[in-house]
Amino acid sequence: MVAAQVIFLAVGLIVLGSAVMVVTTRSLIHAALWLVVTLFGVAALYAILNAGFLAIVQVVIYIGAIAILFIFAVMLTRKDLRDRGAQQNPGWWLGAVVAVLSFAGLLTVMRGWEGFSAVPANTPAGFDAVAALGNALVQPDAFVLPFEVASLLLLAALVGAVYIAFTRK
Amino acid sequence: MIPLSWFLVLSAALFSIGLFGVLSRRNGVAILLGVELMLNAVNINLVAFWRYGDSIAMVGQVFAIIVFAVAAAEVAVGLALVISVYRQRNTVIANDLDMLKW
Repeated sequence: MVAAQVIFLAVGLIVLGSAVMVVTTRSLIHAALWLVVTLFGVAALYAILNAGFLAIVQVVIYIGAIAILFIFAVMLTRKDLRDRGAQQNPGWWLGAVVAVLSFAGLLTVMRGWEGFSAVPANTPAGFDAVAALGNALVQPDAFVLPFEVASLLLLAALVGAVYIAFTRK
Repeated sequence: MIPLSWFLVLSAALFSIGLFGVLSRRNGVAILLGVELMLNAVNINLVAFWRYGDSIAMVGQVFAIIVFAVAAAEVAVGLALVISVYRQRNTVIANDLDMLKW
């Protein structure tokens, strides 16, 4: 077992363990903080995969914006911060059954695929993934249209969010 | 070298945990936390396929960035809805939000 595999296993354990804490912790503030741990672990996975730009974006957008938004939402939607009563549905075990079944189904489907245990190809020397990503996002024969549509979607969603949450005096 | 299967199994597990959170939680904000876990699992898959497939074409990373944008839009609108519902009904428990049911 090489060093990369040990690092992957450690990061994977952190990601899965904190994800389980996100869905089972009673206190929602703690759940949101466990989500930050999960997102950091996913950023480390991006770094392992040589996607450095996405690792930075993950930290800046997911942890810096989305997780903080969750913490604000938790604080805005309760009269006191203590968590009373059940946090799970009465039929939560049914959800657990569905989750285990979906995991088993995904594993079964993936095991039947011949590329399941592929190893990464070596990238050519001097290949700059960040520059290639930037070019791909603005070149007309690449992804400039999906990129612009995504930015329009984001603008519309933010305007809509402001409108929905706005209080009229 | 880490085989592709490790990433796929990890993201399948993360997706299932998020699915469990969405199905089992009562609080609206906690349901959105589960959705975030599922979106992250999808993104791990996309980036892993980029690295193990054709890593010169940046398709996987571009798709992951668009998923980032959609996730940010989803969480902004979702949390705005939760806050708006909380102002009107004074609760965010999904079971109690039955205005559309008759």
